[in-house]
Amino acid sequence: MNKVRSFDPVSGILVADAGCVLESLSEYLAPHNHIMPLDLGAKGSCQIGGNVSTNAGGLRLLRYGSLHGSVLGLEVVLPDGTILDQLSTLRKDNTGYDLKQLFIGAEGTLGIVTGVSILTAPAPQSASNVILALPKFENVLPLFVQAKRQLSEILSAFEFFDREVYDLAIKHGQGRALSEEDVEGAECFVLMETSGGKREHDEEKLNQLLETLFESDKPLINTGVLSQSPAQFASMWAIREGLTEAVSKEGKAYKYDISVPLAKFKEVVDTTREHLGSKGLLRDDAVKHVVGYGHVGDGNLHLNVVAAAYTPEIEAALEPFVYELVASYKGSVSAEHGIGVMKTHALHYSKSNVSIEWMKRIKQLFDPKGIMNPGKVLP
Amino acid sequence: MNPFDEIAVEEAVRLREKLKDAVKSIKVVTIGGTKSQETLRTALAMGADSGIHVSLADSDPTPEPLGVAKALRAVIEREKAKTPVDLVILGKQAIDDDSSQTGQMLAGLLNWPQATFASKLVVDAEKKEANVTREIDGGLEELKCRLPLVVTTDLRLNEPRYASLPNIMKAKKKPIEKITPADLGVDLAPRLETLKVAEPPKRVGGGKVENVDQLIEKLKEAGITAVKA
Repeated sequence: MNKVRSFDPVSGILVADAGCVLESLSEYLAPHNHIMPLDLGAKGSCQIGGNVSTNAGGLRLLRYGSLHGSVLGLEVVLPDGTILDQLSTLRKDNTGYDLKQLFIGAEGTLGIVTGVSILTAPAPQSASNVILALPKFENVLPLFVQAKRQLSEILSAFEFFDREVYDLAIKHGQGRALSEEDVEGAECFVLMETSGGKREHDEEKLNQLLETLFESDKPLINTGVLSQSPAQFASMWAIREGLTEAVSKEGKAYKYDISVPLAKFKEVVDTTREHLGSKGLLRDDAVKHVVGYGHVGDGNLHLNVVAAAYTPEIEAALEPFVYELVASYKGSVSAEHGIGVMKTHALHYSKSNVSIEWMKRIKQLFDPKGIMNPGKVLP
Repeated sequence: MNPFDEIAVEEAVRLREKLKDAVKSIKVVTIGGTKSQETLRTALAMGADSGIHVSLADSDPTPEPLGVAKALRAVIEREKAKTPVDLVILGKQAIDDDSSQTGQMLAGLLNWPQATFASKLVVDAEKKEANVTREIDGGLEELKCRLPLVVTTDLRLNEPRYASLPNIMKAKKKPIEKITPADLGVDLAPRLETLKVAEPPKRVGGGKVENVDQLIEKLKEAGITAVKA
């Protein structure tokens, strides 16, 4: 089940078997000058059916939106064996309840996705990226506002990572480091990507933004570096995409993928660090680092606590502390990574009892025998 | 910018960082249409001081290596008249034609020594000498050369730096001189004639055999005399 079923180069609508690997779909689309609306580090192995069932987010969400928007139709096998064929290739179809939305992100608990109809995007003709060094985290928000205003439709990614995790990435050989001069005094970094239909137009907008930032009376940035070649473009992304691997190489990571208000990103990291400190756990043989990075543009922070070893003591200190912290901001305890088996107990931090009750009723309706991924998503 | 030329510019900037005031100026040259100016700006953003754009009409044919070498020689002669030129660093080849000829031809025209495919360059400004390590088929070769010298860069010479914003801003104000091939007295008309372009012969499919005896049969049929029944 790994074939492309059809592609319409005019509308950009692609219909594919659920078993198609994401990267293979990107390769299929390339000669047609289109791209998939999502991209993630696991592109070489993840399958589109899985992406849909987990409502995968990724690096392009800022620009192309979530799968809830880009998926136009699904072919699903229901728990009783019925095939629900809603593999439409229509951009607009307001005929009844939009059932496909239930399956997107249901993690296979309501049915198995076997076919996907998705809206792909025209491939950008030019792409550029820049890493900006910020003296303090407070500048990220105004920087984001300004970038959105001046770059407007060509902004395609806005990622943040703190100084500590950047240093870890370089220590573990992920991508090419910036010069000492450029990182001096930087509390955090922002990686911004632009992509659009005309290189000169994009460059002009980007250069203007950089000039404004650099020459303002109260600069939001210390400095930045701009990619000058496809190799440098890839290398800058490698730093950001390599943060996760660097964290794993540094020690045992407790990972929290959360959605909190943008302005609270640093507070979440600092509060967690202080809390661990107050328990005497900030030591080389316990918790070595507390770092944060993520998709600022989507309000999604990846909080990583790097320990020398997994211990019940550290876990007890972190949970339910982190979940309660996230709940206090009315945030999500799982922004994009889903619930699975591990976080069913944490669902109530982000969804009310009423919501959870209705989710259980829907599950009961579709899967009364409880055969679809038992133990996942719902407590 | 051609990736090998990027390495060349990076090497020049690193030489200045090492030799400091001994490096009086780093000039970058390009030959091409209007878009080539941007390539010069990138080089200036990496740390070059000024640029020379030998400008061609966008409709002109792409210059050939000998033409490029002659134009570069003319530029260097012009510069030499004002201040001595000690080192010319080029990429080992361009990724559009992969000729790997310009550097060598330039050295021949200037009658300068050449050290090509450099993976390490150490310059002694006082002695006006350079030690160059080059990559060759069997391994590495070390050359000691006198300046002035032509060097062409190989991949492992260095990894070009990211252009930082302050330098990109500064680069906008650095001077780029625009001249034409006519100003240099050089004719860039193509002289190479393509006689034939052919695909390599299509790979004929192989066959499968059932057993070793059949394999030996086929090998004998193919005239492989070492095969004995």
